[in-house]
Amino acid sequence: MCLAVPGKIISIIEDGHLGLRRGRVDFSGIRKDVCLDYTPEARVGDYVLVHVGFALSVVDEQEAYRVFEALRELDQLDELKESATP
Amino acid sequence: MEVCGGQTHTIVKTGLQELLPESVTLVHGPGCPVCVTPVAMIDRAVAIALRPEVIFCSFGDMLRVPGSTQSLFDAKALGADVRIVYSPLDALNLARANPKREVVFFAVGFETTAPANAMAVWEANRQGVSNFSMLVSHVLVPPAMETILSSSDCRVQAFLAAGHVCMVMGFEEYVPISREYHVPIVVTGFEPLDLLEGIKMAIAQLESGRAEVENQYARAVRRSGNYSAQERISDVFEVTRRTWRGIGEIPASGLRLRETYSRFDAEFRFTVEINHAEESRECISGLVLQGIRKPYACPAFGTRCTPDTPLGAPMVSSEGACAAYFHYGRRKEDGDTVVSIATAGD
Repeated sequence: MCLAVPGKIISIIEDGHLGLRRGRVDFSGIRKDVCLDYTPEARVGDYVLVHVGFALSVVDEQEAYRVFEALRELDQLDELKESATP
Repeated sequence: MEVCGGQTHTIVKTGLQELLPESVTLVHGPGCPVCVTPVAMIDRAVAIALRPEVIFCSFGDMLRVPGSTQSLFDAKALGADVRIVYSPLDALNLARANPKREVVFFAVGFETTAPANAMAVWEANRQGVSNFSMLVSHVLVPPAMETILSSSDCRVQAFLAAGHVCMVMGFEEYVPISREYHVPIVVTGFEPLDLLEGIKMAIAQLESGRAEVENQYARAVRRSGNYSAQERISDVFEVTRRTWRGIGEIPASGLRLRETYSRFDAEFRFTVEINHAEESRECISGLVLQGIRKPYACPAFGTRCTPDTPLGAPMVSSEGACAAYFHYGRRKEDGDTVVSIATAGD
């Protein structure tokens, strides 16, 4: 229940349905309407963390990059191990 | 100890415990809002749902949680109009679309879900929707951590704080806890890598004798959290004492609707009679939720208590520790220890 999912903002409607700031967010191919009232700083192209239909945080790109780098390093370690065994 | 049920699931599913050295033990905390919802509240939900004019809306995993005699799923089977929704705004939309029905939303969750629930009430008020109400059972994380830390049984030496709770609330409120009990607290994410990094940061603190609040999940969490979300929560809700299923009453550990919004409070709108709320006598969920026992130590685990026939909440909830061990655990050859599927081949 406390899992929030990252998605990319495709479009923003300023005074959409119910008068809330809403956006169309892409979750790896699945698109949903999300309320953006709690992330007024979010722009099209930003990644947001969404929980029960509400964006609660804009993902910090640099920090996310750090995690991807770590994952990449782990993959490279695997490759090194594979190439070492005859 | 990790507090969040989502983190518990990642740990059990990926076999993180088995990858760590023997000197490090992960214990699971009460971070499953479904699991800690009091039996009396489930009974109240069932009683309201059984009323013919009510459309009762809830997140999916509340439906199977056993009350004293019935779950919401049982009520649905008896003909109650119980509907699973993704967001509290869906419930509000149902209220607008069905003006002759009473729409009630079961607002269960930690701080992560509070902004959404607050917005639903705020909007209902702004739009003058009169047939919408919420049954509120919100709980807060820091008081639960303090309860665990102040218990004489406490073996916890460091905490992994719930990343998404802190995304909303920030992590300032953990500083006095860290100081008073001299425990490292690391705000951690939910991916296996996040958890490993969080554990590593906690151990580094323990080894150097430090007790601070650190943020592993910096890509999502800022120190002050989400200000507009906090504002909306405090507009609509106020702090109250709450009973945690299996643990007991913890002061100032929950949220309830403010008096100005009491007409949206299902507890006032519907008078229901609750007979004495009863727990299963076999269920040890309280000990599991406080990290004092592992799920497989329960004599009913996997036999009398399964996700299909749960005796308590942690076996049913998608974030419950018992459910995690049931789905991802395997017994080792000694017949005693349960390890996760990921390492069962060893």
